[in-house]
Formats: sequence, structure tokens, C-alpha cells
Amino acid sequence: MNNIEIYTFSELLAQGKTPEILFWVGCAGSFDERAKKITKAFAKILNQANVSFAVLGSEEGCTGDPAKRAGNEFLFQMQALTNIEVLNGYNIKKIVTTCPHCFNTLKNEYPELGGQYEVMHHTQFIKSLLNDGRLTVDGGSFKGKRITFHDPCYLGRANNVYKAPRDVLEKLDVELSEMKSCKQKGLCCGAGGAQMFKESEPGNQEVNIKRTEEALETQPDIIAAGCPFCNTMLTDGIKNKKKENEVKVLDIAELINQASDL
Amino acid sequence: MSAYIPNIIFAIFFTVSICFFSNNVRKLYRNINLGIPINRSDKKKQRWIQMFRIAFGQSKMIDKPIVGILHLVVYLGFLIINIELLEILSDGFLGTHRVFAPYLGSFYNFLIGFFEIFAILVIISVVLFLIRRNVIKIKRFWNDEMKGWPKNDANLILYIEIVLMTLFLTMNASDLWLQINSNYPQYISAGSFPISQFITPLFDSFSIDSVVLIERSAWWLHILGIFLFLNYLYYSKHLHILLAFPNTYFANLESKGKFSNLESVTNEVKMMLDPNADPFATPSSDQEISKFGASDVFDLSKVQLLNSYTCTECGRCTSECPASQTGKKLSPRKVMMDTRDRIEEVGRNIDKHKGEFKPDGKELLNNYITSEELWACTSCNACVEACPIGIDPLSIIMDMRRYLVMEKSAAPSELNNMMTNIENNGAPWPFNQMDKLNWKNEL
Repeated sequence: MNNIEIYTFSELLAQGKTPEILFWVGCAGSFDERAKKITKAFAKILNQANVSFAVLGSEEGCTGDPAKRAGNEFLFQMQALTNIEVLNGYNIKKIVTTCPHCFNTLKNEYPELGGQYEVMHHTQFIKSLLNDGRLTVDGGSFKGKRITFHDPCYLGRANNVYKAPRDVLEKLDVELSEMKSCKQKGLCCGAGGAQMFKESEPGNQEVNIKRTEEALETQPDIIAAGCPFCNTMLTDGIKNKKKENEVKVLDIAELINQASDL
Repeated sequence: MSAYIPNIIFAIFFTVSICFFSNNVRKLYRNINLGIPINRSDKKKQRWIQMFRIAFGQSKMIDKPIVGILHLVVYLGFLIINIELLEILSDGFLGTHRVFAPYLGSFYNFLIGFFEIFAILVIISVVLFLIRRNVIKIKRFWNDEMKGWPKNDANLILYIEIVLMTLFLTMNASDLWLQINSNYPQYISAGSFPISQFITPLFDSFSIDSVVLIERSAWWLHILGIFLFLNYLYYSKHLHILLAFPNTYFANLESKGKFSNLESVTNEVKMMLDPNADPFATPSSDQEISKFGASDVFDLSKVQLLNSYTCTECGRCTSECPASQTGKKLSPRKVMMDTRDRIEEVGRNIDKHKGEFKPDGKELLNNYITSEELWACTSCNACVEACPIGIDPLSIIMDMRRYLVMEKSAAPSELNNMMTNIENNGAPWPFNQMDKLNWKNEL
């Protein structure tokens, strides 16, 4: 396997190159141990497909999504305006991200503040790579495996992206089985709206446990996710149900990686 | 002269009913306008299409097919049978009887028959609705916020509909009997009666005068019932039959994930980030000091207040809400009901004080909606997606969180930690932003 070099935008510009896309890694993708695996998997995919890409590295700040959903519009806009200054400074046109929260914020909430970019979720981008033949996968390793896909709220309901992740899964020859609440009616994993960072209010169950139960009802070998936060919540749910040896929670990027043996 | 007494009585009832209704519509309009203006005058074509599809075409009711069809029947019944109302009103004013019959001929027979079929379908649907509510006890009709008036209101509406339809059929049945058995000239042979013909034989042992009395009573009670129902709307959850139309017209057309950016904040943040700004400059006097977020109905937008009046309390939002489903206090339906209760309270306050609101020491926040409810929301948009008429409870929750955080610094302490981390490190966790690319060394 060839070594993958990750360049920042400023490094590439110094070399006189303009990358095709900016890979917005996100805070979870940069720091969270579980989410970093998704980041690396997607970087390998980009490398395999010969996509010229760059990251912002230390110039990338939180998009402000958790602050905004927690009600702190000040902090959100401070983050947004700072990030927009960096992005516009590099004249960035196209952003791909593995986090639906970053995706939603960059795509929907930055334009009014002066940040206009073409923003794609990585499942959409992977789909376009597969369609264009820039990336090929061999579904062999997943043949006959039962997979259920958990719709991230900020990808699905928030932005009506339901098809891209499923289309990618179909290329893997898996047996896709839907949960009883999916797509428009998909149940949240419990992390959104800044819940990820706090204890939940008193109730009779944790949301992630309920969602995990719904996923387990489909008797899956793999629960596919498209969001680092959903991934954490569902992984915790699977551990809670003591099913971690039978059921894996994997991001679409990780599945593609395994299928292509990257 | 005395021959005109019924016409006069009818005109009085009609006028009183319309005046009372207009007065309530005026109040409704005034209360909604207590909200903050919001620009929804864009994309007119798309808005008309949305209204046509969701309100007129009931497209989102089909999500639950059985109840969707039953609701469609009641809705069509309401629209179609109200055509007959034109004739009833004309008869009432003119003192005529079935005034349209001579002009419409056989089409009149078809219409009356059509109305009757809808009347019986409405009765069947409404009975099924009552069974779903009270016998099967569908869970979303029995949440805490449905106790008391909301529960009675829902049942009352269904009973009124049964009574109105029964009166309509009784009126037709006795009319048919009189067409056959009496020589009174007003009971001309008109109409077809596919349903009420089965009630007609019940009158066979009655005297002609008693049947006339029944026919007249049914006619009067039916129209008085309609006047009453019209005026009941404002006090009930049933306003949706009118407000679903403007509500879907003014509903959000953007991606559900796009939350509004507060403009007042943008100005301040731009100034903070501007190296040339004078931090000690006194704000110009014409700059209004704005309040961030919402703690009361005055801080909500007109569309959010319209939303609250439009809510039918069906509870689809609450039954889809992840917080509700897992036993948290939050119920998006309750957020809408609380908002309406509060705006109504404010409205009554204004009525009492000659058009001016006297502070009553209450607010939507805490007196109605607690912060525990607000913090349980995952902002997943399931409630917004579930609403069949375009209500957005999430936007109210978010506006109230903004108030809690920006005006009261009252976020849960873990969230304060998260926000401090973002401020200091550019990430919600306490990691150094300089280490953001460390993952590349693990490749």
C-alpha cells in the first residue's frame, strides 16, 4: 500500500496546486478515536480515487453547530465568520465532509453569512466517485451480510439525502433491511441538538438504546452509519445490549474501505 | 306581517352569529400580530403549491392511510355539504323552502343524494374516530397535556358533527315523508334521498302536523348548530379547518436543517471581529436594544403564533419525538398548546385593559414551558416532518433555548463546558486546535 500524504490547503497552494475539494474533517473526525477511523477511511478512498484534496488542519475550527443548537448564536456566528474568512481566503469552491452536522451548517447556514460553497456529504461524494468509475468496489466480502442503515437526522430530514448512502450500500451487494422507522421517519440517535455533550433529561430510556433496539430488530450483521455522532451513540447502544461481538457499527466510508481492501 | 317572523328571527341569529365570529377573527388577527414580523412573502408560486398540496390536497394525511381516508371523508363532507348551506341560508332569509330545486331540476336530486351519502360517511368516520380515541385509546390522545379540556374538546367536536349530520338526515327524511303524505304546497317533490328514505317510514304513525314540526325543528336546529359550531371554532382546536390554509402557505420552504441566523447577533459579531471597530463607541440612539431569543409570545414570530392557533392537537409530532418516546417531559404538541394558551391569556389581558397589555408577571418560559422540556430536544426535526399542516415546534424550542443561553446564561453546565471549549480550542472538546491534523500520522 502506498503511503498517503495529507496536505493542507496552504501547503498545496504553496506548491502552486489547487485541489479539487476541501475535505472538512470536523472536530469529531479530528479528535474522537472512533471518528478518526472514519476520517482515515475516507482519506484512503479519496487517495484511491485520485481525488486531489486538501484539509485545513489547524485552520479548521468547529463550524459552530453544537453552539447554535444549544442556543448560543453568538458563539456560532463567531465560529462561522472566522471559518468563512479562512475558506474565502483560499477561494474554496467545493467542500466534502464526513459529518452531517458540519455538512448542514456549511451548506445551509453559512451562505447568509457570506460563505457560499458547494457542500457534499461523503456518502454523496462516494456515490459520485462510483458512478464516474473513479472508484470501484468489489462487493464480495459483504455478500449476504445483513445491513441496516441509520439515517442521520441532519442528512435525512434536515437535507433530504436518503438515497445516496443506500445507493452506495447497494454497490456492496449487501442485503439491506430497513428499520421500522427510517428515512423521513427515522428515529434520532439521541446526539443532535448538542445532546451529545450533556446528560439527558430524566426519562425512562436513553434515545440511543431505543434506536439500537430498532436496529437490532432487523437482525443485522452491520449497522451502517453516516455520522460520527450517530456512530458513537449506536456503538454505545450495542455495547449496552452486549452485542458488540455479533453486530458492528460502521460508517459507509469504512465499509467501502473494507470492500476495496484499501 | 307575522308571516315574516321566522325570516326576522333567522336574520337575527345569522347576524349575531356572524358578528360574534368576526369579533373573534379580529381578536385572532390581533393576537397573531403581536408576534414579530417575518418575511414569508417570497416564492409565492411555491407557497400556493404547498398550500394546495398539503392543506387542500391533504397530502401529508396519507402517511397514516386509514385515518387519512377517514379524515378525507369528513373534510370532503364538510366542503360538499356546505354547498347545501347556500340553499339553507337562502331559504332562511327568503322564507322559501328548497328554493334551488325548481332551477336545478334533476341536478338538484343528484346533489341532495350526494350530500346524503357524504352525511352517512361522515357519521361512520366520526364514530370510528370516537372509537379510536375512547375505546382503542390510541396513545397520542392520552398524553398528559390532553387531560381535561383538550380531551373534551376533541370529543365534543365529534359529537357535534354527528348531531349536525343526524339533523340533516332527519330534515330530509321528514321532508320526503311530507312530500308524499301532505298537501302543503311548500313540500314540493324535490331531491333524492338514498339514505334518509330509510328513516322516513318511522314517521308513518305520526300526524302530518307532528312531522312538519319535526321537519322544521330539524331544519332550525341544523342551521343553529352550524352557527354555533362556527363560533365554537375559536375556542377549540378545530380552528385548523380555516387556518391550515394560511399556515401551509406561510410555512418554511427552506431545508429543515437550516436554522435562522439572528441578524442582531451578526451585527455585533461583525463588530467584534472588526479590528477597526471602536470598542468604546456608544451605540447610536436609534439602535434598538434587541432581546435575544424568546421568553414570551411577544418574542415569537407571527408565523409561530399562527402555528399555535392552527394546531389540532393530533399529537403526531409528540409520538414521533425521540424525547417523548423515551419518557422525557418534552412534548412538541404541548409546546404548541402552551404557546396558544399563553397568547390567549395575553389577548384576554389586552381586552381587559382597553387594548393595552398590562404585565402579569407571567411568561411562556417557566409558567408554561420549562427549561427541562427545552433541553430534552435533539433538534431532529421529527416533529416538523410529522405535522400534517406544516407546524414547526422546533423553531419555538430553539428560540427559547437562545433566550436561556444568551440572555440568562442558563445552559446546563456540561453545555457551558462544551461552549467554552469551542471558544478556546475551536472544538467542543478540550483538545488543542494545533493538533487537529494529528490523525494523519496514524495513517
